[in-house]
Amino acid sequence: MTITLASASSGAVTTSSAYAAAGSARHTPLTQLDLLEAEGIHVIREVAGELERPVLLFSGGKDSVVMLHLAVKAFWPAPIPFPVLHIDTGHNFPEVLAFRDRTVEQLGLRLVVEHVQDWIDDGRLRERADGTRNPLQTQPLLHAIGQGRFDGVFGGGRRDEEKARAKERIISLRDDFGQWDPRNQRPELWNLLNPRHRTGQHVRAFPLSNWTELDVWRYIEREGIELPALYYAHEREVFERDGMWLAVGPHSTPRDHEQVSVRTVRYRTVGDMSCTGAVDSPAATVAEVVAEVAASTLTERGATRADDRISEAAMEDRKKEGYF
Amino acid sequence: MTHQSTMLRLATAGSVDDGKSTLVGRLLHDSKAILADQWDAVERISRDRGLTGADLALLTDGLRAEREQGITIDVAYRYFATEKRSFVLADCPGHVQYTRNTVTGASTADVVVLLVDARKGVVEQTRRHLAVAALLRVPHVILAVNKIDLVDDAEARFLEVAAGAAEVALGLGLADLRAIPVSALHGDNVVDRSATTSWYSGPSLLEVLESLPVGEVSDGEARLPVQLVIRPQGAVRPGADPDFRGYAGRLDSGVLRRGDEVQVLPSGRRTRVAGLWLGDRNIEEAAAPQSVTVELDDDIDVSRGDVISAVTAAPAVREFTATLTWLADTPLRPGARLLLKHGTRTVPVIIRALTGRLDLDALEQHATDVLSLNDIGAVELVAAEPLPVLPYAVSRHGGAFLLLDPSDGNTLAAGLVAG
Ligand SMILES: Nc1nc2c(ncn2[C@@H]2O[C@H](COP(=O)(O)OP(=O)(O)O)[C@@H](O)[C@H]2O)c(=O)[nH]1
Repeated sequence: MTITLASASSGAVTTSSAYAAAGSARHTPLTQLDLLEAEGIHVIREVAGELERPVLLFSGGKDSVVMLHLAVKAFWPAPIPFPVLHIDTGHNFPEVLAFRDRTVEQLGLRLVVEHVQDWIDDGRLRERADGTRNPLQTQPLLHAIGQGRFDGVFGGGRRDEEKARAKERIISLRDDFGQWDPRNQRPELWNLLNPRHRTGQHVRAFPLSNWTELDVWRYIEREGIELPALYYAHEREVFERDGMWLAVGPHSTPRDHEQVSVRTVRYRTVGDMSCTGAVDSPAATVAEVVAEVAASTLTERGATRADDRISEAAMEDRKKEGYF
Repeated sequence: MTHQSTMLRLATAGSVDDGKSTLVGRLLHDSKAILADQWDAVERISRDRGLTGADLALLTDGLRAEREQGITIDVAYRYFATEKRSFVLADCPGHVQYTRNTVTGASTADVVVLLVDARKGVVEQTRRHLAVAALLRVPHVILAVNKIDLVDDAEARFLEVAAGAAEVALGLGLADLRAIPVSALHGDNVVDRSATTSWYSGPSLLEVLESLPVGEVSDGEARLPVQLVIRPQGAVRPGADPDFRGYAGRLDSGVLRRGDEVQVLPSGRRTRVAGLWLGDRNIEEAAAPQSVTVELDDDIDVSRGDVISAVTAAPAVREFTATLTWLADTPLRPGARLLLKHGTRTVPVIIRALTGRLDLDALEQHATDVLSLNDIGAVELVAAEPLPVLPYAVSRHGGAFLLLDPSDGNTLAAGLVAG
């Protein structure tokens, strides 16, 4: 046979792609959110179809809530056929934990929690000098994956979040040590996902890879998805550190020179209370948040996460070790 | 900005130092996709390195090794939007594993932006990138003739380079190639039309990207590879039918409506669409590329890997010929026993014969008994089970497959069904 590179009648080339919008007059055109939703559901189903024991990382944060919403849609009317996992830093916002438990209960899911505090208490991990616990989550996460014999781990990471994440595949292989090797990733071809791996390895799957922060908020608005209340404007006692508003609480106490004030704030991300900052915001409804995010001049992490400011490669280093 | 806008997927390609990172950085920066803190970081690092201006390439080089070595290692994805449209950009590095990276980027791209250095013109790698774009049937290719600020008779040089590329494209049967003179460094014709290149009256790169038509996958025959059988049995959600039985999957192409007659491949059994669901929403019709759940009229045997398709679809076959891009370090030899993933079905396959290797420089085919990393070649395959393949020329999904290593699952090749 011969290799035909392309037919001479190249005007007839089909232009289908994973993302091409369907805009034919016969049906309602699909929006960008429709396309992202379709892709996310596809990823979740494909991993569930190929692997034995998937698990979904669920913290109660907005990205994991959206991912869980896609999972509900992916399997409806059957229940989600896998458990959810939370690595609890011990520095979580109480209202987010309450939201997490309520959601899990409503959906009848099994929740596995690994507590970073347990690791600190029995000496397997040491508290860091800066008190931040985000980097401490990696070992407990890998341990929980091993204990549960989970072979596929859904994460809510988005490629627009951070430069190292921009290099991440939708399906990303982790070696026997849970490590990510950015120099040796599988090619991502068409929409053919390949989560196969050897025993001992596992894959991370990121159904929201191609979503931006704005897409997430628009989708929350469109679908009427409930979130922990601290994503919306509320009054809170805060103090300024590293150019961010930190909440006054058991895990973040102001130092002598740090002035406490009550401000109207909201959170763009919810993580470790000791290093997740609130932003000044009057946005009390989802529509107002969408408008605010659309006009924002700072990235979500730049505005609110002290841990990612430590160095250029903070996220890359944590990801290589096996972080989310 | 409207979120009703269509999304355009673009992939970049080019040789090292042609200015690809600078161009991508320029595109992101000038279309205001860079937020203040990202820009601060770029300025800070540029200063630390003793540069006078901000190095735009830093916006895309995300890994430490990339920043340290000043190279781009792996495909990176970027997102930006203008008033007219939003974009997913796959930034594909040009050196190590460039065929692998370009194939990855091009497999889902609506358009490839190919960079050349105006001083060097069309080089070997330009021809290779054009060949890959043609092979993967990327609908549009834009040739960005970069560093136009560095050549003397810019107009003549631009026309010369554009003509050279057009000649290669013609030989390859590329659907659509257009050339734009740009300076990524100074921003000429990237977002805004440049006064410096007054001899050029065409649109800027961004203007072209904003106006390119995106293909409609809803055209063509309905095809839905089944991912899962949804059978809640006892555990049904409140309000749903306890006897529900549906087939979950994503439409590769076409439209499915309730009542449509369909067949299930490979068995060829015919039935009708009894219901369509998107989550808990009962819908009348679904269009590619939606992910839905299909109920069928008859209680026929359907499982993961089957394809629900229009009754006109061709029957499944066990033997076919294909073009492979070999992506693994270990070479391929005839007789190899591998796994093949097509749609949602993975089956054992034997490579019966290697019938040729494509010489991308001469664009000729040579006889061979081995395919090495980055080689493109033709093969004859026998699959353990019939597969409902379509020629890649007809369907970018129905004609695409992966070859996998049975021992560790690694992706070895990108496959295109011939015919
Ligand atoms: N004069 C000029 N220099 C450019 C232009 N585009 C890129 N460069 C320079 O070419 C070099 C390589 O650019 P870079 O973006 O890193 O190339 P890459 O390897 O293709 O990503 C850098 O020194 C850039 O500043 C241009 O349009 N004009």
